Amino acid sequence: MITRFLILFVLLFGFAATGVADADKSDDIRTPLPVIKITKPGKCVDDTDEMRRNHMDKILHQRDITMYDGIRTKQYSLSNCVDCHADEKTNSVLGKEGFCESCHTYTAVTIDCFSCHSDKREVKTSDNIKGKPEQ
Amino acid sequence: MKQLTYDMIKGTSFGYWTLLGIFGVLIAAGLGSAYYMETNGHYVTGMNNQIVWGMPHVFAVFLIVAASGALNVASIGSVFGKTMYKPLARLSALLAIALLVGGLAILVLDLGRPDRLIISMTIYNFKSIFAWNMILYSGFIAVVGIYIWTMMQHNLKKYNRAAGMGAFIWRLTLTTGTGSIFGFLVARSAYDAAIMAPMFIIMSFSFGLAIFLIYLIATYHLTGRPLGDVIVNRLRKLLGIFVISVLYFVLVYHLTNLYLAEHSGIERFILLDGGIYTKVFWIDQIIIGSLIPLLIFYVPVFYKSRLMLSFGALLVVFGGLAQLYVIIIGGQAYPLQIFPGMEVSSSFGDGQTGNYTATPAEILLGIGGVGIALAAATFAIKILPFLPQSLANEVVDPHSTPTT
Amino acid sequence: MSISRRKFMQAGAAAVTGAAIAPGIHLVELAQARSPEEAASTAKRWGLLIDSEKCTAGCSFCVDACHTEHNITSNNRPETDAQWIRKVTAKDPDTGYTHYLPVMCQHCEKPPCVDVCPTGASFKRADGIVLVDKHICIGCRYCMMACPYKARSFIHEEITNQKSYVPRGKGTVESCTLCVHKIDRGDNNTACAEACTEFGNDAILFGDLSDLKTEIAKRRKTEPSRQLRSDLNLNTGVRYQGL
Repeated sequence: MITRFLILFVLLFGFAATGVADADKSDDIRTPLPVIKITKPGKCVDDTDEMRRNHMDKILHQRDITMYDGIRTKQYSLSNCVDCHADEKTNSVLGKEGFCESCHTYTAVTIDCFSCHSDKREVKTSDNIKGKPEQ
Repeated sequence: MKQLTYDMIKGTSFGYWTLLGIFGVLIAAGLGSAYYMETNGHYVTGMNNQIVWGMPHVFAVFLIVAASGALNVASIGSVFGKTMYKPLARLSALLAIALLVGGLAILVLDLGRPDRLIISMTIYNFKSIFAWNMILYSGFIAVVGIYIWTMMQHNLKKYNRAAGMGAFIWRLTLTTGTGSIFGFLVARSAYDAAIMAPMFIIMSFSFGLAIFLIYLIATYHLTGRPLGDVIVNRLRKLLGIFVISVLYFVLVYHLTNLYLAEHSGIERFILLDGGIYTKVFWIDQIIIGSLIPLLIFYVPVFYKSRLMLSFGALLVVFGGLAQLYVIIIGGQAYPLQIFPGMEVSSSFGDGQTGNYTATPAEILLGIGGVGIALAAATFAIKILPFLPQSLANEVVDPHSTPTT
Repeated sequence: MSISRRKFMQAGAAAVTGAAIAPGIHLVELAQARSPEEAASTAKRWGLLIDSEKCTAGCSFCVDACHTEHNITSNNRPETDAQWIRKVTAKDPDTGYTHYLPVMCQHCEKPPCVDVCPTGASFKRADGIVLVDKHICIGCRYCMMACPYKARSFIHEEITNQKSYVPRGKGTVESCTLCVHKIDRGDNNTACAEACTEFGNDAILFGDLSDLKTEIAKRRKTEPSRQLRSDLNLNTGVRYQGL
């Protein structure tokens, strides 16, 4: 329990001053830090600080309105998050340097989303491939 | 009259630890099986989209049903005032809790997502019998726990009768709930019967008492405590009556079903041409699990031997498992009647008898649950005074005449 | 028209967020899709009408289309593989006449799976679609015991490469969603019905059962159709003709 708090503590402060954390990284390579690669910077949903702390609540809220009411607005949709945050190379938010997994491993918080949801950026193909399918 | 005193067993002998060690191995095997099933997914088991509940559920339902039945001995003493049963009340309540915990552990470990157990305990759909059962099960442990407390603490003795009554009512509700899990399933021909709930209650009497009797004889034998014939004979006769009652309910269940043309298919399947299920019904449930034990319980040559008597009770346990196998798995194997009167086929097994072969992992998970129950009970009698020092005839019944 | 207007008003009241949308547009395009911000409402009830007389042996375009749409793949273990829709062959042993028909979740008005689910993961959406909330499904399979149509599949092994709009995962139960993602984006059709119309025999018709102007409602009113296991009185959203 104490270690959890310590990790959380380090994390919050580390995030609050990312620059400092980065500097620390070069100083002390024994401290593993999460890899945060943001390929498309800019404010999409909310401020970075807000998202870092409360992304789970936003996803949870969206989860229930999508599931029960069929409201599929894009802003808080998980697949929209994945589309933007998926790694350029692996096309996924998972993996060692994946946007979600990297931090979640660091904070030792299990992600349950991707046991069912796709962790991959949706590859855009022409939506309607017409023609009679093989039988 | 000799004083009735309870105490803990010493539990320091090599034999005691060996026994606990064996139960530990069973538990480890069960947990290992559960881990294997969860990491690979349920395709490594015999269960599939037609037979969705398999061997783990046979064991789990058996233990849960037996749990409420094990409490019966205590209820006869405290609720119905039969003093002879009173010395057995503590052990009876202990076994009830232990068996229930074992059964529930199996159910939970078989879930597709056991990691979400917390959801099943925090989000309820009150239209679901299953959700009600979760409340009934956890409540049962609490109610019986209080009952044990009133038996063990002197200044709480005055509440003993009330606690016993509460536990008795709760256990009847619990078994009704367990039976209703099946009885309310209108979709399947085998379960569409209101008699399921009362039948489960009478089954619980039989299974619970059988386990109680085995456990009693074994512990008193192993700890060298006196166990008189008076009490053993009482329990033997009672178990005989329960076995006959279960047979009666099975008969009524099948007769009512036979009367309904709608259900003649499933009856034919179980009683005549269901292959393995017909065999399990007639040979395992009826002959080995009911008739042979009755023979043992009522023929003096057999029942005079404690070993033979325990064996008879063990056969009742076996017959109970067989009965639940027929109800749970046989009931699912019979195809759903979506198109009555038609010959149906599809890629999804429509119209075909479901295939099911229990894999070792499933059986080990079930036995692991039994291990949990036995280990819990065996450990509890070491730390709390559950067992009377003596159950000799003169202790149990002062008016008894020494038997030959 | 007055009925539709009233239903619209109910829908508007139910969906608070929907109030921001210009009501005029909806009055004109009532049969059209709702806006993304608007919640599914009881003003609609989606369903299918399947004509088993048109359905033929050997054709499986509906099954293939469904399984492609939702990326349901086989592990060559037919007893544990998921099947959301299947072709059933039903032969009358007396006459020898054979019916062919697809069977999927019947989207009951009073679904037994919803009644038995301990956590409420099985639920019916306001517009009549029966779904599994896999976020709270614990994989107990009681719904599969309760379903009279064998419509549900338990996911027996790891699944990868899910479609973003069809989350699926090991240890939970799933079944036909009536292409809820397509309905929500306003396609007004299901993959099976589309495929059957385009490539097959035009045996599956999708639509809103509560709007009397839709083709499905008209045909339900003028042509005979029946529910499977009508004795259970579940009022299924899927109905069959020619049985």
